[in-house]
Amino acid sequence: MREVAVIGIGCTEFGERWETSFRNLFVEAGVKAIEDAGLTGDKIDEMFVGNMSAGRFIDQEHVGALIADYAGLATNHIPSTRVEAACASGGLSFRQAVTTVASGMQDIVVAAGVEKMTDAGSSLSTDALAGAADREWEGFIGATFPGLYAMIANDYIHKYGLTREQLAQVAVKNHYNGARNPIAQFRKEITLDTVMNSTMVADPLRLFDCSPITDGAAAVILCPLERAHEFTDTPIKVLASTQASDTISIQDRRDISTLDATIAAGNRAFKQARVERKDIDLVEVHDCFTIAEICAIEDLGFCKKGEAGRLTAEGYTALNGTLPVNTSGGLKACGHPVGATGIKQVCEITEQLRGDAGKRQIDGAKIGMTHNVGGTGATVVCNILEVC
Amino acid sequence: MVGIITYGACIPRYRIKVEEIAAIWGDNADDISKGLGVHEKSVPDMDEDTITISVEAARAALARRSVDTDTLGAIYVGSESHPYAVKPSACTVGEAIGATPVMTAADYEFACKAGTAAVQTCMALVKSEMITTGMAIGADVAQGAPGDALEYTAAAGGAAFVIGNKDTIADINYTCSFTTDTPDFWRREGQAYPRHGGRFTGDPGYFKHVKGAAEMMLKHQGTEPSDYDYAVFHQPNAKFPSRVAHMLGFTKEQIKPGLVVPRLGNTYSGASLVGLAATLDIAKPGDRIFVTSFGSGAGSDAFDITVTDTIESDLFNRSAAPTVEELLADPIYLNYAQYAKHKGKIVMQS
Repeated sequence: MREVAVIGIGCTEFGERWETSFRNLFVEAGVKAIEDAGLTGDKIDEMFVGNMSAGRFIDQEHVGALIADYAGLATNHIPSTRVEAACASGGLSFRQAVTTVASGMQDIVVAAGVEKMTDAGSSLSTDALAGAADREWEGFIGATFPGLYAMIANDYIHKYGLTREQLAQVAVKNHYNGARNPIAQFRKEITLDTVMNSTMVADPLRLFDCSPITDGAAAVILCPLERAHEFTDTPIKVLASTQASDTISIQDRRDISTLDATIAAGNRAFKQARVERKDIDLVEVHDCFTIAEICAIEDLGFCKKGEAGRLTAEGYTALNGTLPVNTSGGLKACGHPVGATGIKQVCEITEQLRGDAGKRQIDGAKIGMTHNVGGTGATVVCNILEVC
Repeated sequence: MVGIITYGACIPRYRIKVEEIAAIWGDNADDISKGLGVHEKSVPDMDEDTITISVEAARAALARRSVDTDTLGAIYVGSESHPYAVKPSACTVGEAIGATPVMTAADYEFACKAGTAAVQTCMALVKSEMITTGMAIGADVAQGAPGDALEYTAAAGGAAFVIGNKDTIADINYTCSFTTDTPDFWRREGQAYPRHGGRFTGDPGYFKHVKGAAEMMLKHQGTEPSDYDYAVFHQPNAKFPSRVAHMLGFTKEQIKPGLVVPRLGNTYSGASLVGLAATLDIAKPGDRIFVTSFGSGAGSDAFDITVTDTIESDLFNRSAAPTVEELLADPIYLNYAQYAKHKGKIVMQS
C-alpha cells in the first residue's frame, strides 16, 4: 500500500446558506480545494462525495454524477461516487479516497462532503436525520436523534454522575472555538447559563446541547505521498484511516453510553498509525450533542470512562488545554451539514498541522485525529494525520 | 397632495393567551411568549370574518369623517382570508356603506401586504383623477394550523383608509415597493392553513424585503430615520419589527405606538395598517410617519407620511370611532375549546 497525503483543502462557510444551492455549495468547496492544491481539474482521476440525504432534503439523488457535472468534469468521464453512512458520510468519503490512492488505483482523488439542509422544514429534517437510526425499531416508535442521544446521556449520568454544568461546558468550549473560526455557523461565545437556561429539547439535552441544521460543503484532495511535493510545500500525511460498525439501534448495544464502534475504529487507527494517545496534539470529535463529545473522548481512549466531564470542566480539552478537542468549534458551533462534517474535520486538522488556523492555532501541532460518527454509533470513521 | 382622508380599525373583542395554546401542545409558554414577544392574540366571534371586520373598519372611518359615499370611486379589500374564493368581499363592503353602484371594486391578495397594495392603487387612481376618493382595507381572520408556530400569533382584525387629495389628515409624500419571487410562506388553493419555510421566513423573507423597501425610500427621500417621529413595520411578532427597526436605525420610542402585536397578534393583511391606525390615533399635525409593510411571497411597500393640521380640525373627529388602544382594552378571554369553536376548528355534523 502506498502512503497518502492531503494536498488541498476547501470548506464553504457553514450556516443558513439561503442563496446557495446544493451544487453551488459543492463547487465552492471544490474550487477552493483545487486552488489550494494548485491543480487543474483535468488532473483529477476520481471523486467521492459524502452525502446523507439529498433525496429527502432537496429531492436530488444521483449525487456523484451531479457533482462531477458541476465540477466541470462530466466530459472527462472520471469515476464519481456518492457514499452514505448518515452523519459519517464525509468520513467514509475520505476513507474511500484514501483507500483508492493507497491501493495504487488512482493518483489524484477528491474526497468531498456536502449537505443542503435548510431548504427543508424542521419536521422533514428531523425525520430525514432519524433515518440514521433503525427505522423499524427506533424511528417508527417515535425516537428522534435528540431523543436517542438523551437516552445515552441519561444512562451516562446514571452510571458516572456527570453534572449538568460539565455537560454544558462542552458547548461553551466549542462556541469559544467557533468564535475564532471564520467558517463557523455560530461565531459567538456563550456562557454556562445560556446553555443551562435554553429550551429543553429532550431531557437532559437542551437547545444548546444540540448541533444545528446547516448548509455546507468541504473537499480535500489526496495524492500519493511520493508525489505530494509536486503540488504543495506543506503536504499532510495520512497515518491512518479506519472504519468500524456496530448495531444500528442502541437497544442492541452492549452498553448504551459506550460507542463500541468508536473504540474499534480508534484502536485500529492508533495501531495503523503506530502512534500512542499521548502523541495526539488535537482531535476533532463528533459532538452532534454535548454528550457525544464526552463519550468520544473516553471511547477513543484519551481518558477513563466517567472522566471526560470533569476534564472538560477543568479545561483539559480547551484551546489551551492538554488535548484541544474540536478547535473548529465542532459540530455544535461550526455547524453540522451532515455529509460534509467528516471532511470538514480533516480540513480543520490539516489547517492546524499547516499552522494556518489563525486565532485558534494550536502551536506546534504535529499529529491530529478526526472522529466521525454515523447515527448513534453504528458507523465510526477515525483518521490520524501528521505533518510531513 | 394625495393622502389619507380618514381611517378606522376593527379588532374582535375575544382573546386567547399564549399559555392557553401552549398548554394544549405541551410547549413552554414562557419561551414562546419571550421568543415572539406576543402574549395574546385576538380571536373572531363565531360570525365574524374578513367581510364583517372590513365593514366595521370602513364604518369607523366614515364615522370620523363625513365622506360622500357617492364619490367613493373604488374599494379594495386586501386579505388572505376572503370568505369566498370567487365573490368579492369589496362588493359587500361597498353595499354595506352605501357606496354602490358607481364604483370599482376588487379583492387583493399579497399575503400580509395586500392592504398596503390597496392603498397604493387608490393613490394612483386619485392622482390620475380617475376617482375622487377610494377606500383601501387590510383585514384578516388569519389562519394558523393547530400546533403550528403560527397558531400562537394568527389573529383577527383590520383597518380601512380612505384615500383622497382634498383636506387630507395625512399626506402620503412618497411610496415605493420592493418585490421578488421568494417562497417563504404560502397557501395553495383548497388548503385550510398556510405553510411556511420556518427560519427561511426571516432573513431571506421579511428582513430582505422590509429593509429593501425601507432603504430605497430613505434614499429617494434623502431622509434619515431620525427625521421621522414614528415608524410602523409589519409585525408578524414583536421580534421582527423591533429587529428591523434597530437595523435601520429607528428607536424603540419611534415604533412603540404602532407596535400592537404583543396584545393583538398578527392580523396578517391588517397588521401594518392597524399599526398605522394606532399611530395616527396619537399623532399630531406635522408628525412624520415611516411605514413599511411586508407580504410573504414576497414584497414590501414603504410609505412616507406627514400628518396635517386637518387631523385636529372640524373636518375630522378622531374620537367618533374607537382608537386601537380602546379596541384592545377590555377583552374577553377564551379557553382553547372556545377558541376552537370560534375558529371553526370543531367539525360539526351537518
